[in-house]
Amino acid sequence: MNQTYAVAAVAAVVLATVLVGALGLRISRTTSDFYVASRTVGPRLNAAAISGEYLSAASFLGIAGLILLQGPDMLWYPVGYTAGYLVLLVLVAAPLRRSGAYTLSDFAEARLQSAAARRLAVLFVVGIGWLYLLPQLQGAGLTLEILTGAPDWVGSLVVAVVVTGAVAAGGMRSITFVQAFQYWLKLTALTVPALFLVAAWLGDDAPRARFDAPSAFREHTVVRVDDTVRIEIDAPLTLTVSGTVDGTAYQERRLTLDEGAHTVASGTALAFPEGARAPERAHAEAGPSGWSQSLSAGSDGHRLYATYGLILATFLGTMGLPHVAVRFYTSPDGRAARRTTLVVLALIGAFYLLPPVYGALGRIYAPELALTGDADAAVLVLPDRLLGGLAGELLGALLAGGAFAAFLSTASGLTMSVAGVISQDVLPSRGVHHFRLAAVLAMAAPFALSVVSENVPVADAVGLAFAVSASSFCPLLVLGIWWRGLTPPGAAAGLVVGGGSALTAVLATRAGFAPAGWRHTLMAWPAVWSVPLGFLTMLLVSLATARRVPSGAAAFLTRLHLPEDLADRDLPDGEPRDWGRPAGSGGDRGGDRGGQAGTPDGDRTEGAGA
Amino acid sequence: MTAAQAVVLSAAGALLFVSGLAVGRLVARRGERPDLDLGTPVERATFHTLHTASLAAPPLRAGLTEDTARKAARRLRSLLGTEALCLTDREAVLAWDGAGADHHRTRVMAKVEDILDSGRSQSVHTGCDDVRCPLRWAVIAPLTGEDGVLGALVAYGSRESAVLVRAATEVARWVSVQLELAELDRSRTRLIEAEIRALRAQISPHFIFNSLAAIASFVRTDPERARELLLEFADFTRYSFRRHGEFTDLADELRSIEQYLALAGARFGDRLKVTLQVAPEVLPVALPFLCLQPLVENAVKHGLEDSGRPCRITIAAQDAGAEAVVVIEDDGVGMDPAVLRGILAGERPGAFGVGLCNVDERLRQVYGDEHGLVIETGVGAGMKITIRIPKYQPGVHAGAGRHRP
Repeated sequence: MNQTYAVAAVAAVVLATVLVGALGLRISRTTSDFYVASRTVGPRLNAAAISGEYLSAASFLGIAGLILLQGPDMLWYPVGYTAGYLVLLVLVAAPLRRSGAYTLSDFAEARLQSAAARRLAVLFVVGIGWLYLLPQLQGAGLTLEILTGAPDWVGSLVVAVVVTGAVAAGGMRSITFVQAFQYWLKLTALTVPALFLVAAWLGDDAPRARFDAPSAFREHTVVRVDDTVRIEIDAPLTLTVSGTVDGTAYQERRLTLDEGAHTVASGTALAFPEGARAPERAHAEAGPSGWSQSLSAGSDGHRLYATYGLILATFLGTMGLPHVAVRFYTSPDGRAARRTTLVVLALIGAFYLLPPVYGALGRIYAPELALTGDADAAVLVLPDRLLGGLAGELLGALLAGGAFAAFLSTASGLTMSVAGVISQDVLPSRGVHHFRLAAVLAMAAPFALSVVSENVPVADAVGLAFAVSASSFCPLLVLGIWWRGLTPPGAAAGLVVGGGSALTAVLATRAGFAPAGWRHTLMAWPAVWSVPLGFLTMLLVSLATARRVPSGAAAFLTRLHLPEDLADRDLPDGEPRDWGRPAGSGGDRGGDRGGQAGTPDGDRTEGAGA
Repeated sequence: MTAAQAVVLSAAGALLFVSGLAVGRLVARRGERPDLDLGTPVERATFHTLHTASLAAPPLRAGLTEDTARKAARRLRSLLGTEALCLTDREAVLAWDGAGADHHRTRVMAKVEDILDSGRSQSVHTGCDDVRCPLRWAVIAPLTGEDGVLGALVAYGSRESAVLVRAATEVARWVSVQLELAELDRSRTRLIEAEIRALRAQISPHFIFNSLAAIASFVRTDPERARELLLEFADFTRYSFRRHGEFTDLADELRSIEQYLALAGARFGDRLKVTLQVAPEVLPVALPFLCLQPLVENAVKHGLEDSGRPCRITIAAQDAGAEAVVVIEDDGVGMDPAVLRGILAGERPGAFGVGLCNVDERLRQVYGDEHGLVIETGVGAGMKITIRIPKYQPGVHAGAGRHRP
């Protein structure tokens, strides 16, 4: 692939992001129009911003990669990512906005009137933010590695530096415009190449993707294996090898491998003839990345369980993502928040129609990605594979730009919210400098982890963040909004037991501590047991400590569920009635008022006639 | 390095960090007590008593309610070392700590009512039928506030003891002091509320006369504009004189400022130039009612009334993470910083000072001292006022404020 175009596209996206960040502020400025205050962020703009922030590397690259690797089962990912907003719309959106909370920890404090609950929530906000940032940085590294051959930490560094710089310098001040721009950029970057690719596929007599059997190479292909892998072959395979296979070194030798497992050392080049069946990575391998295959590995029982785990995590986890929650604050009221969510559903639903197309095409045209493990790159290599030439390079560059937009938008949104929480609750005092320091802190930890830890499929890694969020904040939000009896000890216990156990399971699987078999599946997809555990703990402990229900709980719930125009205007015609009534609270003041009563009433009639 | 090792390493690092933090805290806390000189046993007992008392103080500072009484009762009982302790107000038992809540709780009010009028401590026999019940004698001590007896502290013992009577009376007196402080807090809040009312009344006279005069000048030449201005005037006064709520949102406050500037623009014509730079993200931020308008009014006064030249006023609201930053700037005559300092300290009351001082005080009261006004000015150098408003603060939301303690 031509590096120049790709690098130019990535640079253009970074530049455009910074420019919109600066210019968006100009758009929002006005010198002549006095009624700027009525120009709040509308549902459509806010929805595009939420979608832009939400559609991360997992959506842009990861889903196509997983579908390439494991087939249509993986369609649950886009379904789950979208359906999360349905749950959010029905249960959380409007009340969360009406609570006046900016972050999730604010909500915990406002609902429970407890500083301890707030501190606990802060821990989870930061933890989930970091878990979510990690795959974004790794995805960026992978993308730049494929495009330019740079070491994989370079891409992570680019994203980390750009995002931290922009957030710390206040360049994300017009973040709504930036994120809305990123959504449309990502949608374009995925739609245009998809149209060309589908046209090319139709021109190629529309071959069908096969998910039940290994796919075959459509032409003579040379695959270079970067890491030592074990491959699984179900029929004898003849190929040309330069390198080491099963411990023996070959030099441009033609070789026939028997069926069964074989070890291919790193640096080996395998040349497959046309029509050869693509081998797949052996799943029995107990390595650090072995966990990620658990959804397709194992028996049908595991598979069903893992699917339920995925569904629960994504359906219920969306509401607890720190960067999603803060964006609802921008809506002027609860009704607008609900409308915004509805538009988000439409925008995200439209976007998610595209990645499966890339996944299926990748299965046909780039089967070796299943062997090298770089399935996340499917989206990026397809234009070159299908179209080639200048068109392929340009479309590839467009996709690369879109992928970078995905890393930048999600990473900046996450960094903003995590830095906000760190500067508010972790660092000793507030101020501009502290926010900068917090932004650096928010990015430093996941960056360090992304450099030292090995790549895992992006969509899976994001799924882990969803699982923790679904087990901690989902019970807190749902019970906090819909149940008067939630107490601070109950909420704290639920957060610790539900969220904590999910977090432990996720970290243990990532570290490779989890034992094989059923227990491994249980820990890799914790949502199935940790979400009910979180809910149950919160319920039971709250019931046991029923005396500790915060005194303002009933009033707070009323505020959450009453539309603003009823709740805020508790005296809808307050002023005129007040003016007319001679005695208010004090006799002497009332007389004063009575004297003026005529004027405002007159004004009112005049206003009503307009 | 593999992912497994990396994650393990980082997890171990995090664990080490947390345990280090915990050990550090522990050591620091230990360090507060000098190891060598712990004092005589009497001194130590005194320290212990004072410490327990200081722990019970914060809940009581919020006034005498069921919630605060529950929190305080536990501490007070350990202070007195009695079998049971009960706090009441004039009507009912607020909190019971210790044994015997089942059968004594219902009877205690009858005994308390006797002392509510006298205001003197009493030691009475409980007359309990249960022989195993340790609560034989009760000391009832009144809790007094500014307006007489607020409630009572009841300490139970197994026998009649002059020591317990003395101790309970002293503790009740100490609690009474805390309650009086709570009343003081409340009256301070009321004072600030009264100031807001004064501020609302204060905006009007000058401004109303000038606006009406300006509108009158348009009635013949440009009736349509005069009509619009009158409507602006109506909206502006309706907002400023609104009676409910201590808080509003930035959108409403800015709308009122726009109306104010439209009216000021009618009076000053081309001399007043306004730039508004508002990030739409911060419009829903809740903030104290009328906390920007006095500042804008001040900017207009400084920029235009005190000099004859044109003036530019810039109002900017920006999104800064968990805060909104509002900047109000004018290029008018400015002010000597020393004079300004005097005004903010309340030493030079004047028409100008009340508005600025009041806004500063309210911001500090609501958000804490680090969120007061930041003013940059000099003689002839204009004035720039910066406010940082947290997007979320407990108890602050548009429409709140009626029932705030």
